[in-house]
Amino acid sequence: MTLLGPSTRREMLMKLGIAFNTIVGAILAVPIVKYIMSPVIGGEKSGYDSWLSLGDVTQFPAGETRLAVYRNPVVNPWDGDTADLPCWVRNVDGQNFQVFHINCAHLGCPVRWFPQSKLFMCPCHGGAYYEDGSRASGPPERGLFAYDHKIETGQLFIKTGQIPAPGIASSDASSDGEEKPPCA
Amino acid sequence: MRLIETIGKWLDARLQIGETIRETAEHSVPRDTASWFYVFGSAALVVFMLQIATGIMLALIYVPSAGQAWNSLQILNHSITLGWFIRGLHGWGSDFMVAIVLIHMVQVFLFGAYKYPRELTWMVGVLLLLVTLGMAFTGQVLRFDQDAYWGLGIGVSIASHVPLMGSWIVSLMLGGPIIAGATLTRFFALHVFVIPGLLIGFVAVHLLMVIKLGINEWPMPGRIVRKATYVKEYHELTKKDGIPFVPAAVWKDMFFSGAILLAVAACAIYFGPFGPSGQPDPTIIQTAPRPDFFFLWLYAVLSFLPPSMETPAMLIGPVVVIGGLLLLPFIFGEGEKSWKRRPIAVLTILLVAVALGTLTHLATYTPWSPVMDAWSSLPIPAEYLHNRSALERQGALVFQVKQCHNCHSLDHEGGKRGPALDAVALQLTDDQLIRQVIQGGGNMPAYGKNLSPAETTALVSFLKTLHPEGRPPARDAALAHAAGSVAPATHP
Repeated sequence: MTLLGPSTRREMLMKLGIAFNTIVGAILAVPIVKYIMSPVIGGEKSGYDSWLSLGDVTQFPAGETRLAVYRNPVVNPWDGDTADLPCWVRNVDGQNFQVFHINCAHLGCPVRWFPQSKLFMCPCHGGAYYEDGSRASGPPERGLFAYDHKIETGQLFIKTGQIPAPGIASSDASSDGEEKPPCA
Repeated sequence: MRLIETIGKWLDARLQIGETIRETAEHSVPRDTASWFYVFGSAALVVFMLQIATGIMLALIYVPSAGQAWNSLQILNHSITLGWFIRGLHGWGSDFMVAIVLIHMVQVFLFGAYKYPRELTWMVGVLLLLVTLGMAFTGQVLRFDQDAYWGLGIGVSIASHVPLMGSWIVSLMLGGPIIAGATLTRFFALHVFVIPGLLIGFVAVHLLMVIKLGINEWPMPGRIVRKATYVKEYHELTKKDGIPFVPAAVWKDMFFSGAILLAVAACAIYFGPFGPSGQPDPTIIQTAPRPDFFFLWLYAVLSFLPPSMETPAMLIGPVVVIGGLLLLPFIFGEGEKSWKRRPIAVLTILLVAVALGTLTHLATYTPWSPVMDAWSSLPIPAEYLHNRSALERQGALVFQVKQCHNCHSLDHEGGKRGPALDAVALQLTDDQLIRQVIQGGGNMPAYGKNLSPAETTALVSFLKTLHPEGRPPARDAALAHAAGSVAPATHP
């Protein structure tokens, strides 16, 4: 079993064997890592960040906030109900709209709209938001996440994308500032 | 019997393993360790075996598809013979496993078992706690119901706080842009292959070290651990006053593990399986997601952290806690083992236990959440409306309609997010009431834009009636003084 003297040839062959397997391992690791990281490096699949109609603008009466549901454009056949996503549509004054994600800006629970007190309330940790989505009270650090939206040919379109989360939604924050609430 | 013996001999002549097993089983352990305090590790292992067995049985039926998982659980619960029982065993087995692992950890901590030379045994034990909690969380996700769906949303939000890598981690966790089919399949792979693989590996290393280094001796006050002498002292102890692990100590492990398995089965029969709760349909927003029992404390912590503390606490907290646990044997690797001489260790355990217990208890009734239907389902107590003016009763109506009741309780009914208002008139004057309602503050939203002046007046006049009988409502001292100085003038 000695690795000295006459067995240097075997020793070298063993080292070669290790080197060979290291190279094979590295070659195989490339596709494996790419496969695992595909949600990150796979690029934007068609449907990411696409404009999607929520239907006719007339469904959303002026001055009211209504729940709308859309089917996520990136969908697998086995997604079931999970690809149907709700959002809150606020028709501010007949011309201006705001569309909010259902997810609380704190930890993503579904916020509910209370038209009587004009507040969004979260059932999980007690976050509350004013009708324009700005933070009213509770643990959230910011207002509700808003979708980019536009009105074309009488239809309300929103830009769908990733699930919003407090740490990664910096791009959404801009649409939040469309209408700053007067500090009541 | 002779046949069995013959087959056994034939096998061992080829496997060559019998001697090793015998030596391991009969290895000498300190006499005092044949104790009912030393049964938790083996019980955790036995419950883990139950989890493997019941997990495989559930996998015969369960469909890891976002569209079908919930239905397959219903079929397990209602159509498959004893499917409900296997689900119950697996669910309760999970709770028991986390509980036993925690108890085991407290025991080895209080008995100083993490000290030299068992540092690595403790560290692998910490990893075992983490993977056990990982199994509990991923298992909760596989029970693909509303709690699982929104629980994933909470996981996404927490993971997104990681600096730089946040959005990567979220994408890897979800397998796509939203919580959907790809998310469930990855949690299935984690729960069924990846984490159990780690768990088995860690258990093997953990057990190997327990056998090689010997079980921690019963700590005696004054018997100090010193690196220079400990191993020699331990060997003397096992040689002089040792007993063979099998059968002298193992029978207690067996009795305890058996009792635990019976308890799991009893819970499965009596309480049944966990859920599933409502369908994982995100458009059903009338839901109040709750995590499973062993994550309730975390749920409470997340609602009490002030917004400014949240990101630092989420990022630094786990690093400090896990890092502290891993480093513990290096900081306190020598010295006293007995809990009788380690008051700070005992106090730490008590403090952590009381804190986790209190947080868990709070999370069972979530005083921080508004009671979403209080305004429409809980009437104002009748005695709060007796002998009130029309304006005050109108104010009571405003109180209900504007959902004040969701956050404020009257006569112990209603939300506990804000203070109870049964005696609010003692604490705030008219002007302060109006200001609080209109401007909010102190964690209360401002209602200025949502209340007409008439509504505000009515509401405040109702709130002014909320004070115990015989105790006058608060009044503005300045105004009272002005009124007082006028009064004598009218009666000269």
